[in-house]
Amino acid sequence: MMISNSLVYLIALPLAGAAILLLAGRRSDKWGHLLATALSASSFFVGLYQLSLMLGRPSEQRPVGQKLFEWISVGTFNIDAGLLLDQLSICFVLLITGVGTLIHIYSISYMSHDPDRRRFFAFLNLFIAAMLLLVLGDSYLNLYVGWEGVGLASYLLIGFWNQKPAYATASKKAFIMNRVGDMGLSFAIMIAFATMGTVSFTGVKAAAEQTSTAALTGIGIMLLVAATGKSAQFPLQAWLGDAMAGPTPVSALIHAATMVTAGVYLITRSNFIFDAAPTAQLLVVIVGAITLMFGALIGTAKDDIKKALAASTMSQIGYMILGAGLGPVGYAFAIMHLLTHGFFKAGMFLGAGSVMHGMNDEVNMRKYGALRKFMPITFVTFGLGYLAILGVPPFAGFYSKDMIIETAFNSGGIKGIILGSVTLLGAGITAFYMTRVMILTFTGTSRWDEEAHPHESPWLMWLPMAILAVGSVTSGYLLSHGNALVNWLSPLFESHGEHEELLSPIVVSALALAMVAIGVAVAFMKYSRNEVEAVAPTDVSIFTTIARQDLMQDHFNEAVFMRPGQVLTDVLVKTDEVVIDGAVRGIGRAALGSGASLRGLQNGFVRSYAALIFIGALALIAAIWVVVQ
Amino acid sequence: MNAANYLYLSALLFTIGAVGVVLRRNAIVVFMCVELMLNAANLSFVTFSRINGDLNGQVVAFFTMVVAACEVVVGLAIIVTIYRSRRSASVDDASLLKR
Repeated sequence: MMISNSLVYLIALPLAGAAILLLAGRRSDKWGHLLATALSASSFFVGLYQLSLMLGRPSEQRPVGQKLFEWISVGTFNIDAGLLLDQLSICFVLLITGVGTLIHIYSISYMSHDPDRRRFFAFLNLFIAAMLLLVLGDSYLNLYVGWEGVGLASYLLIGFWNQKPAYATASKKAFIMNRVGDMGLSFAIMIAFATMGTVSFTGVKAAAEQTSTAALTGIGIMLLVAATGKSAQFPLQAWLGDAMAGPTPVSALIHAATMVTAGVYLITRSNFIFDAAPTAQLLVVIVGAITLMFGALIGTAKDDIKKALAASTMSQIGYMILGAGLGPVGYAFAIMHLLTHGFFKAGMFLGAGSVMHGMNDEVNMRKYGALRKFMPITFVTFGLGYLAILGVPPFAGFYSKDMIIETAFNSGGIKGIILGSVTLLGAGITAFYMTRVMILTFTGTSRWDEEAHPHESPWLMWLPMAILAVGSVTSGYLLSHGNALVNWLSPLFESHGEHEELLSPIVVSALALAMVAIGVAVAFMKYSRNEVEAVAPTDVSIFTTIARQDLMQDHFNEAVFMRPGQVLTDVLVKTDEVVIDGAVRGIGRAALGSGASLRGLQNGFVRSYAALIFIGALALIAAIWVVVQ
Repeated sequence: MNAANYLYLSALLFTIGAVGVVLRRNAIVVFMCVELMLNAANLSFVTFSRINGDLNGQVVAFFTMVVAACEVVVGLAIIVTIYRSRRSASVDDASLLKR
């Protein structure tokens, strides 16, 4: 592998930004945001430079590595802190730093009234650095450091306004649920080390061939658990909706474009494990299929614009996970959907932020309406993202999502038909809820509160939105033109033979478009022709009620995990109090009690002391007499 | 005369002294009982000296007398002081060390 000494700058630049801003404190309030943005941008340019170098080399020489330092060295077990930039990482590097920089620019204006803007930018830079470490680490252990780093940054940013108790709780919820997933990753690393003796990607890939399927399945399932936690997939999905408590740029960057896609990266990166462990791979597909329906159904019932988008993110990542679970044919399409989704979903979140900016931070879509006239740029950029997520040709989602649907259909047998139908149905529901968001927000009559004065956002905010909108329009075509991304990534994955086609691409596209058309039509029938109520109606069907409550995910977690957990801790606390504390206090009480009763002998009367001395002397003499006899 | 009779007398005197120490309240009487016990011990020493035919017991008896003399000096001084401060020579009244 080639060595490059400039990889470290990708991470070091934003990390330095975070350190400077946090250490300089209030002194850097005036220029901190500019420095953070500049460092994020320079990291992006380092990424572009690396891409240009990579493009100039033949495909087998494209991966470059850099050894930072010797991290752990125990006997034959050596782990270096090393970086690996290959065809897969570079996609992520450019997505993270590119979208990240745009969101930095957006935040300069969005957070301009916040007294803690500098701290916000420090955390954003910390996130960029951690996320880059996640995708650049050359072993599972290095990845794990970044994995925890993004979790920390996510926690800090969700709870950025932690003066509100609900927001602080949301950040803790996200952190704790992520922790469950992190445990999966650490177990996977432990199993890998126990069975293969190595945790580096190249080492594990080489050793995977001689490893038993059972061990690989174990690693695969644990990696899947990790992915479900970080990517908000079933059954660890409940934190994502609450994570919208963070400032909107955070939702766009971390909880839509980058961090939540780390699970897809993990599964794609571990392709050699999943390809050799069909059971784990099947579970990946099942998780993806469940989540994509789960998110889509929640999305149909949410009135909070950010939570609707969060549900949509969950659903779209479900598509990616499903794609990644389809094996070598699907990895590239999962990554392609990840990249296009990074553009259009980040763009839509920034659009939502722009709407909130103009509407006094109102998030309830029922209080919007008719904003098209007042926010034309937001409407257009959001609309382009909307067309992209629907999968309308020639927008980005058309290429990436249709590829996943097509691959799902062609994955063979009954499984293919089920998966294909689920993805197709998901596309229809996506069209429904996204159209609902568009109608409620931008068209119809105004249902604003009295003090709302909607206005277009300043250029610092709409410029990133416009750039992302351009990405939403073009990225799909660019990535799939001449199979560009598939060919680019193909050296990383096992080659796959020709598979039989159940449905041809044109049929799949037609079916998907038909589903989209149905979804859009239903949404129009329901929301555009009738007046939308400003207050959510309560006389709704049981299904709507359940969907509004996130399909009872919190109720389930509380009933199955939280309450028994509380009972368990109560029992343990009681045990601690009664048994352990009881033993300690009992010893103390025994000493105290015996002392109190013996103290009675010290009555201060000389004569009783004298009597005791006599008794003692007599007893002593008697004892001696007995012994001598 | 049988030497054991002296030992019986010694034991009797010691017992009378001990009982007096335990039962009497007046410090002077208690003090005298202590002296009685010391002298009972002296009698034993002298008797054993006679029985064994050496002088060790006689010598110890002299030591005891010296110690008793010192004890009288110190003890009487204490008793007089207590009597002056408390207007009583009862040992039960002087139970302040309890607290």
